[in-house]
Amino acid sequence: MAAAISAHESGVKDILLLERDLYLGGLLNQCIHTGFGLTYFKETLTGPEYASRFVERVRAIPSIEVVTRAFAVRLTGEKTVDYLIPGHMVSVRAKAVVMATGSRERTREMAHIAGTRPAGIFPAGLAQRLINIEGYLPGKNVVIVGSGDIGLIMARRFKLEGAEVKAVIEIQPVTRGLVRNVVQCLDDFGIPLYFRHKIAHIYGKDRVEGVDVVRVDEEMREIEGSRFSMGCDTLLVSVGLIPENELIEMAGAELDKKSNTPVSGRMNETSLPGIFVCGNSYKVYDIVDTVSACAENAGRMAAGYLGKVEQQV
Amino acid sequence: MYDLIIIGAGVIGSAIAREISRYRLNVAVLEKSEEPAFGVSKSNSGIIHPGTQNRPGTLKGKLCVQGNRLTRMIAKELGIDFKKVGELIVALDNDELVSLSDIKREAEALGVPGLKLVGRAWLKKNEPNLTEEAVGALYAPTAGIISPYRWVYDLLENAKANGVEVHTSTRVIGIRRVEDPLSADRGPRFEKRIAHSAESKAWVERLYALCALRYADDRTRTDPGDGGPGTGNYFELATSRGMFRSRFMVNAAGLYADEVARMAGIEDFVIYPRKGEEFILDKKKHNLTRHLIFPIPTKTSKGILVIRTSDGNPMIGPTAQDVDSKEDLSTSEEGFRRVLESVKKYVPSIDENDIIAYFAGLRPASGDDFIIRHEDAFPGMVTVAGMQSPGLTAAPAVALFVRDILKKNGLDLRRKPFFRRWRREPYHLFSSSAEAARKMIKEDPAYGDIVCRCEMVSSKEIREAVRRGARTLDGIKFRTRAQAGRCHGGFCTARILKILAEETGENITSITKRGRGSEIVVRDMNDGGC
Repeated sequence: MAAAISAHESGVKDILLLERDLYLGGLLNQCIHTGFGLTYFKETLTGPEYASRFVERVRAIPSIEVVTRAFAVRLTGEKTVDYLIPGHMVSVRAKAVVMATGSRERTREMAHIAGTRPAGIFPAGLAQRLINIEGYLPGKNVVIVGSGDIGLIMARRFKLEGAEVKAVIEIQPVTRGLVRNVVQCLDDFGIPLYFRHKIAHIYGKDRVEGVDVVRVDEEMREIEGSRFSMGCDTLLVSVGLIPENELIEMAGAELDKKSNTPVSGRMNETSLPGIFVCGNSYKVYDIVDTVSACAENAGRMAAGYLGKVEQQV
Repeated sequence: MYDLIIIGAGVIGSAIAREISRYRLNVAVLEKSEEPAFGVSKSNSGIIHPGTQNRPGTLKGKLCVQGNRLTRMIAKELGIDFKKVGELIVALDNDELVSLSDIKREAEALGVPGLKLVGRAWLKKNEPNLTEEAVGALYAPTAGIISPYRWVYDLLENAKANGVEVHTSTRVIGIRRVEDPLSADRGPRFEKRIAHSAESKAWVERLYALCALRYADDRTRTDPGDGGPGTGNYFELATSRGMFRSRFMVNAAGLYADEVARMAGIEDFVIYPRKGEEFILDKKKHNLTRHLIFPIPTKTSKGILVIRTSDGNPMIGPTAQDVDSKEDLSTSEEGFRRVLESVKKYVPSIDENDIIAYFAGLRPASGDDFIIRHEDAFPGMVTVAGMQSPGLTAAPAVALFVRDILKKNGLDLRRKPFFRRWRREPYHLFSSSAEAARKMIKEDPAYGDIVCRCEMVSSKEIREAVRRGARTLDGIKFRTRAQAGRCHGGFCTARILKILAEETGENITSITKRGRGSEIVVRDMNDGGC
């Protein structure tokens, strides 16, 4: 939305905003905690409030056409986008494309956690959706692996819903999340945070029954004799985000294999002219205010690109 | 009274059910899990072996070659995504090259068609990502790949379309044989055995009385006749869902075949679970290899492979490790390292960052060969056990073999006038061309409503899967691939839960991952209660 607004403000006349969900705002809608907007709006908002400020602005601009339930399935280097809406597959050709496709969570599989595969292992974001949007509590006795912000926020969220949160396990010597989240989500609730520890094994046939935790050395290897068990029925996995760039990859853009982000000369650019990437799909950010600023830059870049293209014509 | 009860809805039970559904018989399949294919069959490499790496004179040798041919035929009839990709058994040095000739000779004696020894130049051209170290390979063109769980579902659905009943969540807990006092065909002695034979006789009687009661109440089952004098000998199977009676019985209980056998007093074999860990790569790597890549087999195992799957994701594994528990499906760091190290010798470009999922399966091992036989001490019962590799490939041949055993022992096989052999190919958005997808979406808008973004699965396909019998998240995953992609259900699980709840009329709190005990959420907070 920020990219669309800034493109409009930079003079772009005809903007199509595609959203796969029923409503605009993406993941912000399930982030019902506060702390959003401190730099951008100089006040503290919840995720849905932050998103709604942009929704109002987008809706007020007639040259931004919004299509929800639109699922982009294909992008070409010639900037043709194919998207599905119920009942139709639509093909549009754009002069410039801005991707704001966000990121997905790294999974338990990518963190190579050994053990069984029972019910009760959730990416933290899925647990957040189940509680905040759908209204279901995923478990009563929780261990969280990874001290990313979503993991920390979810520790508090489970606690507020009356669940027991046993511990947050972090393999690094420092937290991956914001310090304020460690204080407000763990310290205030007496939830222990284990640095330099990892989950060595998951137990449970049908539902998670417990985990083994070990201390690790500098090279992330298990320290002999440090293993201990923790009973739990739920394991939340919050071990980082991966930018979702499969569409630009399909279009032929060069991606950095390690980070899954576009390789480009300038901020927000890709190796394909006229295709821009912003927000968490450009780079995983900690704070939504920075995401908005990044997206606004991408909107301006797209407008600038269009200006150049039109001059050439 | 059924004519035949098959215990176990894995690939073996399903293949037998489909074969027997050609005949005018009342057949039921009993499955202890919530859905078919949830045991040994779900965690399988999905390889339809050409018939190499088996010893001449064994059941494995005979049934694998025959099964390969039959699988291809049935896959065509049922419109299943069988792909004939071929396999390469790769030699890395000259000693290994020598063993290739031996493998070729043995396989040709078994009747494996089209085998060819290929050299470096051929490999460079036809398998470019293979290591430079490879000096040659045995090429078996008839090797193929199939989705092992979809194969089971499709066989079983076809059997159902031809009148077979499938009872899931139905665990057999006792078997006894009842002799008809009027029957001329009397067995050696009156058999009355049950699981937990150490338990008191009174307990056994109570169990049967309870089952009979459940049976009397259960109106969902169509069970013609109730035995009685003059109708012949029959079995009584006490189950978690009441009593089932049948004249013949096939034990295809996979890992638990020995336990079922013991209920009938057969104690001469034991199933040893042998674990295999497999690691699945991102679909982006679908061009990793063109063939299935095998090392030179050892005495006990075909080795660690680079596998193509019918879903497009390459897979590496499996390990082979004897374990104590039939429920030990855990994966390990060591297994991961071993597999990675082993396959990198053959395909050096495999990168551990491309691994998106892993699982472990248990092979139901029992000796060197399959055990397929009529139990003369318990007439009417056929055992099909020890069905480890190449069990998946052999399944349709095993079905014919079992059919013949049943016939020889008195099952009356009269063909139905009409057998539904063909089936319209089910539609998968993820494997369709853009044009075909466009047309389907126009015809049914729900195809355009994407639930699983990584694998492109629509709400239509998910509802269809539920209508075809999926009741659990795993059941949806195996049928549609939703949740099987790179985000591993992070984005779509909530939506799938809702669709499952809607279609089955259950509350989301009772939707499970793979059956009772694996519920996904513990509390509904929507009604204000806590």
